[in-house]
Amino acid sequence: MVGEIFPYLFVFERMVFVEKGKKDYSDYAVVMEQIVKKFPGVLANDHVDLFVKRGEIHALVGENGAGKTTLMSQLYGLINPNSGKIYINGVETKIKNPNDAITAKIGMVHQHFMLVDRLSVVENVVLGMEPSRGPFFAIDKARDQIKKLSKRFGLYVEPNAIIEDLPVGSQQRVEIIKVLYRGAEILVLDEPTAVLTPQETEELFKILRTLKSQGKTIIFITHKLHEIMAVTDSVTVMRLGKVTGIVKTSETNSRELARMMVGRDVLLRVEKDKAKVGTEIFKVEDLHVKENRGIEAVKGVNLSVRRGEIVGVAGVAGNGQTELVEAITGLRKVEEGHVIFKKTNITNISPKRRREMGMGHIPEDRLKHGLVTSFPLYYNFILGRHDSPQFCDGSFLKMPEIKRSSEELVKRFDVRPPSIDILGANLSGGNQQKVIIAREFSFNPDFMAVAQPTRGLDIGAIEFIHKTIISMRDKGVGILLVSMELEEIFSLSDRILVMYEGQIMGEVTPDATSTEEIGLMMAGHRLEDLRAQEA
Amino acid sequence: MVSRLKKFYMNDKIIVPVIAVVVSLFIAAIVMLLIGKNPFIAYGALIYGAFGTEGALINNIMKATPLILTGLAVGFGFRAGLFNIGANGQLIIGALLATYVGAHMSTFPFYLSIPLTLAVGMVGGALWAAIAGWLKVARGAHEVITTIMLNYVAVFIANFVVNGPFQAPGGVPKSPEIAYSARFPDLLTTGATWLSAGIFVALAAVAVVYVIIEKTKTGYEVKAVGLNPYAAEYGGISISKNTILAMAISGALAGLAGTMQVMGVYYRYLGSLGGGMGFDGITIALIGQNDPIGIAFAAFLISSIRTGSNQMQIAGVSKNIVIIIQGIIIFLVAANRLVKSLMFWKKGAEEA
Repeated sequence: MVGEIFPYLFVFERMVFVEKGKKDYSDYAVVMEQIVKKFPGVLANDHVDLFVKRGEIHALVGENGAGKTTLMSQLYGLINPNSGKIYINGVETKIKNPNDAITAKIGMVHQHFMLVDRLSVVENVVLGMEPSRGPFFAIDKARDQIKKLSKRFGLYVEPNAIIEDLPVGSQQRVEIIKVLYRGAEILVLDEPTAVLTPQETEELFKILRTLKSQGKTIIFITHKLHEIMAVTDSVTVMRLGKVTGIVKTSETNSRELARMMVGRDVLLRVEKDKAKVGTEIFKVEDLHVKENRGIEAVKGVNLSVRRGEIVGVAGVAGNGQTELVEAITGLRKVEEGHVIFKKTNITNISPKRRREMGMGHIPEDRLKHGLVTSFPLYYNFILGRHDSPQFCDGSFLKMPEIKRSSEELVKRFDVRPPSIDILGANLSGGNQQKVIIAREFSFNPDFMAVAQPTRGLDIGAIEFIHKTIISMRDKGVGILLVSMELEEIFSLSDRILVMYEGQIMGEVTPDATSTEEIGLMMAGHRLEDLRAQEA
Repeated sequence: MVSRLKKFYMNDKIIVPVIAVVVSLFIAAIVMLLIGKNPFIAYGALIYGAFGTEGALINNIMKATPLILTGLAVGFGFRAGLFNIGANGQLIIGALLATYVGAHMSTFPFYLSIPLTLAVGMVGGALWAAIAGWLKVARGAHEVITTIMLNYVAVFIANFVVNGPFQAPGGVPKSPEIAYSARFPDLLTTGATWLSAGIFVALAAVAVVYVIIEKTKTGYEVKAVGLNPYAAEYGGISISKNTILAMAISGALAGLAGTMQVMGVYYRYLGSLGGGMGFDGITIALIGQNDPIGIAFAAFLISSIRTGSNQMQIAGVSKNIVIIIQGIIIFLVAANRLVKSLMFWKKGAEEA
């Protein structure tokens, strides 16, 4: 871990020591010093420092799960740090709850809007701070104030409109007005562009610049590199709960930021022979898939997997990988395009049929999809094959066979504790994942969609799982591996595809590319453009 | 550590209700002391009233029979993640159809008419419940709302039917009697009470439900859908199919409860036949921890304190005390989950 962040430590240490040396934070709107926040099983923030100058737009970047939102939730008082200090405008401030934050003139625009759909813009903005005339709600006063605010900051919205009738971009403006109405000087925006179209994003950037010109300080959480370059003044990069870089935007570039975000070198090299690639077994053609909010998340993906190879899909989390895997495995509807497995079009057939045809799936979220946590292991081991002749004779389950094969899997995959009666919920994450992997591979699939197989696991479990995946490849299984861990992609894949905003940016092989190149593709540069630049 | 946790869980199913019963009897005893009654006399009377005489025992078993079935109905629904509040409606529809068919069975031998009448009652309850299952799957309507509303629909349908097209002569709102060949044989008769063979049907239902839940593919799928629909879907289990199926099985059990009342007790459909047994089923499923065998015991518990309460009244203690006992049992069983989840939450935080 230290090795990964080593090259940036110098940047980081220099800045911290300078700041610490004088301890004069009066130029800074926000200073968070050595923040530590623990959650069950994870160190979400590991001695994190954040310095935000007054009147700047500061980007807080990192992959999903890097600890950005956790850090900002502490600034806004939604959760409290285990240790560390917060200074607002140079003064140490205790922020225990959102009321303290509002008093300190901090406002937060959440990723998921906190608006009442059926109320109007005015009613939403003043909610909890309604201006009154005697005992009555003075809606006209509120409306005037909102009009003033929107004019001053270029935040155009119709005050009488009902929230549910407004497009997402306008709803976001309402959120920003709400924050400004409460007198915020420091605005925290949590992934504000995640829900916006490119045009709405441009609009938002204009607003941010106006806010800045009026002296507001903005902290902008994102994982999209081009946005950082477009609109921010300085950047704090986080990875796995730690700060891995603090830089001025003008002194850096996407390439460097990408490197800081995803870590540098591949440390885990898995021993493997060259792939003995067979015939094409799985193919996706011009696939279009929508995410839950109805926005298109996969925009015309083409890919193919042959027997005996691992095709890795790299990318920053939230660029359509989840939806891609769900569409492939039948858990999500395909809007357009085809999924072809063993030369059969399986585009919208049930997950059950896919399994019967020989498709396996290691899901991204092991607790949501992978296990029934209140089931004992022997029940979890047959999920998906509980009605196969091996485990079921028509209507009755063959309990002795189920238990026998479960015992065998527990032994072979070294699940601890080695008991088949234990409930799924009572296993550690690594062992839960072993159960899922054991199950999926025991069904002898021909193709397997593997999503985030080692997220949150310790080195030992990771190694074991990597070896299992490689050995399955060598047995001729075609594997599609989706992972946010670049190291994993590099060490396992025979071919690498990079996904960005629902599209494939390019295909490379691990020995003919570099982390920088992948990082740039992850930031939205197409391979052909990059190669053209080099040439 | 882990095996201890497992043990805790396994025992929990038994320990919780037992403690709840003991504590509730204790609290009710305090209440009795406060109103100047002797709890020992009261409980003595209660036990005597429930088990002391042949008649009491028969009464007790006759009361327990439909309660076992409605308890199973609600409990099975719970196992599938469905809250079937409509056991009453399903019971009514089942009873009504069984009565109709039973009344036309006079020319059939008993070995045809009894199973046929039973089957019709079950199918009636199953279809009635399946409406709610279908509404949930197709339209996303929550089963709590739809089953409650279907209860009213069932009541009004039944009232209409026994006041008009299928009314016994005499202008009373009740149906004609079912044929003798469709009645359960009496096993014992004491005075005005008799023990019908219905209890064996209820006990058989306990066994069948146990086997379905524990040993069959259907049980596996239904439980998976109830416990984690996402994982079920991932595993190729159809949520829609199993939701409707689970509602239908639940409804069939409730329909069977109504059919028992027709074939073993009243021999006809009466408006009061269902009583609150569908809702008692919720209580019983809760006390029985949704386990078929637990439900059978819980049903006997409830029927015993109810049967015994008359004797208690005679002994000078208000029979309403048993409502207090029942209320406290439910409260403790339900609140225990709260306490348990708090314990787990705390443990999770400490492990970090």
